[in-house]
Amino acid sequence: MAIKIVERDLHEEFQAKIREAAAKAEALKIVGGGSKAFYGNATEGEALEVSGHSGVIDYDPAELVITLRAGCKLKDVKALLAEHGQMFGFEPPGFSDEATIGGVIACGLSGPRRAFSGAVRDFILGVKILDGRGDVLNFGGRVIKNVAGFDLSRLMVGAMGTLGVLLEVSLRVIPEFETETTLGFVHESAEEHIQWINELGGRPLPLSASMWYKGQSLIRLSGSERGVNSAVAKLGGEPGENVWDQLKEQSHAFFSDISSKNNGHLMRIALPPTTHFQLNQDQLIEWGGAQRWLHGDSELEVLRGRASHFHGNLCVFRGSSESKPTFQLPSDAVLTLHRSLKSKFDPARIFNRGRLYPGL
Amino acid sequence: MADNKREKLSGMFREFLDQESVVDQPTSLAAYECDGLSAYRQLPLLVVLPETIKQVQQVVTLCHEHSIPIVSRGAGTSLSGGALPHQDGIVLSLAKMNRILNIDQLSRTAVVEPGVRNLAVSEAVQHLGLYYAPDPSSQIACSIGGNVAENAGGVHCLKYGLTVHNILGVKLILPNGELVILDQQSLQSQGYDLLALIIGSEGMLGVVVEVTLKLLPIPECARVVMGIFDDVEKAGNSVADIIAKGIIPAGIELMDNPAIRAAEDFVKAGYPTEAEAILICELDGTEEEVEAQITRVEAVMKAAGADETRLARDEAERLLFWSGRKAAFPAVGRISPDYYCIDGTIPRKTLGVVLNEIRRLSEEYKLPVANVFHAGDGNLHPLILYDANNEGELEKTEELGSKILQLCIAQGGTITGEHGVGVEKIGEMCVQFSELERNQFHAIRDSFDSNGIMNPGKGIPTLARCAEFNSMHVHHGELPFPELERF
Ligand SMILES: Cc1cc2nc3c(=O)[nH]c(=O)nc-3n(C[C@H](O)[C@H](O)[C@H](O)COP(=O)(O)OP(=O)(O)OC[C@H]3O[C@@H](n4cnc5c(N)ncnc54)[C@H](O)[C@@H]3O)c2cc1C
Repeated sequence: MAIKIVERDLHEEFQAKIREAAAKAEALKIVGGGSKAFYGNATEGEALEVSGHSGVIDYDPAELVITLRAGCKLKDVKALLAEHGQMFGFEPPGFSDEATIGGVIACGLSGPRRAFSGAVRDFILGVKILDGRGDVLNFGGRVIKNVAGFDLSRLMVGAMGTLGVLLEVSLRVIPEFETETTLGFVHESAEEHIQWINELGGRPLPLSASMWYKGQSLIRLSGSERGVNSAVAKLGGEPGENVWDQLKEQSHAFFSDISSKNNGHLMRIALPPTTHFQLNQDQLIEWGGAQRWLHGDSELEVLRGRASHFHGNLCVFRGSSESKPTFQLPSDAVLTLHRSLKSKFDPARIFNRGRLYPGL
Repeated sequence: MADNKREKLSGMFREFLDQESVVDQPTSLAAYECDGLSAYRQLPLLVVLPETIKQVQQVVTLCHEHSIPIVSRGAGTSLSGGALPHQDGIVLSLAKMNRILNIDQLSRTAVVEPGVRNLAVSEAVQHLGLYYAPDPSSQIACSIGGNVAENAGGVHCLKYGLTVHNILGVKLILPNGELVILDQQSLQSQGYDLLALIIGSEGMLGVVVEVTLKLLPIPECARVVMGIFDDVEKAGNSVADIIAKGIIPAGIELMDNPAIRAAEDFVKAGYPTEAEAILICELDGTEEEVEAQITRVEAVMKAAGADETRLARDEAERLLFWSGRKAAFPAVGRISPDYYCIDGTIPRKTLGVVLNEIRRLSEEYKLPVANVFHAGDGNLHPLILYDANNEGELEKTEELGSKILQLCIAQGGTITGEHGVGVEKIGEMCVQFSELERNQFHAIRDSFDSNGIMNPGKGIPTLARCAEFNSMHVHHGELPFPELERF
């Protein structure tokens, strides 16, 4: 059945609201599908509902590029791509059927494939935004290679809506794989797993995801039938459970345990994959070691200090509060650049105040 | 006057740099007067060649305090005049910072100074079964710092990405002399993606002094198939057909007849000189995968009208097929006193239309054009053949180049896929971006460089510049190619 995505252009309505808010320097809270409302610090102001701004602007599968209004539902877009044997290479989490493309870009979250085929920022080609003055700006484009002007499209990824309202985005898509399979291996310790998976990463294998939890490593292989079969023959291991959607959507037992045990607190430590990072608690490791999930929020400051020492960061993914903000602050020089950039996009500071960093 | 200033300045730099790290003799400065776009030349006041991060910091701080323009320079292979000196400024050459600092096999990363040559990285890690994927045709010469500044691409970027996809971090000296580390080694960085903003910023936001690169395992197997066509459009269409079948070749390059003949004369790559176009398509992966894909690619090419497909029999022949493509620019240099390389990118589906229009323009301007390009990415490189010694021919060439770029914009593409705006395409920036968008670029630049000392005059046009450009190029208020639907 052909997927139908509603066509609706609301940008003039948004523009009016933005101009009004800017004139009075009043805060606006940009709301998409609300699926990632838990992610980021609390923000203030009147809600600007953007999920109604929807529609496919351009999609020609042979170009491997899709241009969408940002209010499109992720679920619908994935179905549309699947109709043409294509998909997003960064496997974005939805966390609900309501998730929108705009939210995917603004939160910049990628799924299990991240360490192997790239992040949201690796697939974005162009954006059309409304800035804090209500002006429509286009950056990047719809072609795969484009170095004209500063790369302001990628700047929108992970900006948590603090730089503008995303109206349209162009994303590169990839063909679906002919086949995928999961293999399981036993590795007692996190260190063993990390050593092993990174050694595999140095070999030409069609790896597309990895995880370790409670002494078990799982890897996913994606590619052509023959390529995957030959990799399976080389690697051995046991057939493994296809957990990847559960990990992506956080419905895996590790995550559902959290809400009961730890008041819903969940921390994500991002580290260069091979970092030795001793932890005395239960952890789930993804992305070849780069993404490590922890229950609770104890020892937050100590862990943050250690993470940044290793060029990483700790995010209070779920359950952040004023005293335990979602994101770790960058260096002073980098924070100064953030403030300055924010002021260029949103001079009256109306969008998503504080959602990314306090005061921003 | 300039001599006085020069003398005073060199004295200041020599307080912390060696005698030979400050170049101030006009005869020696001449080596820096242009980059790969030699039509533009300018002597700088001085050239400095720092050897450490600290020295770069001192140079930048001093320039910041005295508002002296800085043009960073890697290997000087830019094709857009990005490294063209400023008459009142210094050239900051990173050539002496050319050490590979660390190679980590397990995490598959290399930390390098900015002056390291692109190819030197792959050579240094080859024994570990690894390589650095972005491979610009200039890779024997160009520097990693220059690659970062231009977001360089290469023949393998359809599958393995551009520089931006293969850089994990940089150390950057901001225009006020401060050092910042921007990285995504943890694969989930937070806040604004400043690393991406720096990549491709053409030396306008700071000086890159250290780079962490992602390394990939060398594919088990790579094979090349050459498709031979009697029509450029058929060749162009077959590229889209291959991709529509779900195959992402490691590289897919198109050469038209003038480029085929020039390359064949030069390197004897075994190209069919009577063909209108050839496609060189590389597939990589495991033996089994490649074998399966080769068969499909050959079938698609034939269905799209290829007269013949030739599979490179062995590694030697694979390299031979590539040698013609890699030597295409110098090969064209042999048949024409000068050539001018254009870098527009278009949606693949418009290849046919655009190539035909380029042919028409070439006839109109009576300047031959050879086409050799990254077909998989839609990144064109029309080479306009001209002779700078003929009065007015360079100007005519530039005008033709500008027409081609505006054609690319009209087709939903961009004026530059990988070579950057530099000084060269600054006028066309006025066509691709609105005034508001250009103002935003200036504002971003201000955030980093309130004095405007980093590579001034490049990349983003001023309002006055656009007014001038439009008065020359827009006739009776009409944009070029009014018949084509606008992006
Ligand atoms: C024959 C030929 C083939 C080419 N093929 C390709 C190709 O296939 N793909 C491609 O993308 N390009 C290609 N190029 C263009 C060029 O090689 C690239 O743009 C390359 O990245 C430039 O590197 P460089 O070290 O020579 O930089 P330069 O020319 O020295 O400088 C380029 C720009 O980078 C800035 N810069 C240099 N180093 C730094 C630094 N450390 N910090 C901050 N800014 C800096 C300069 O100010 C300048 O704006 C080709 C050029 C030639 C001559």
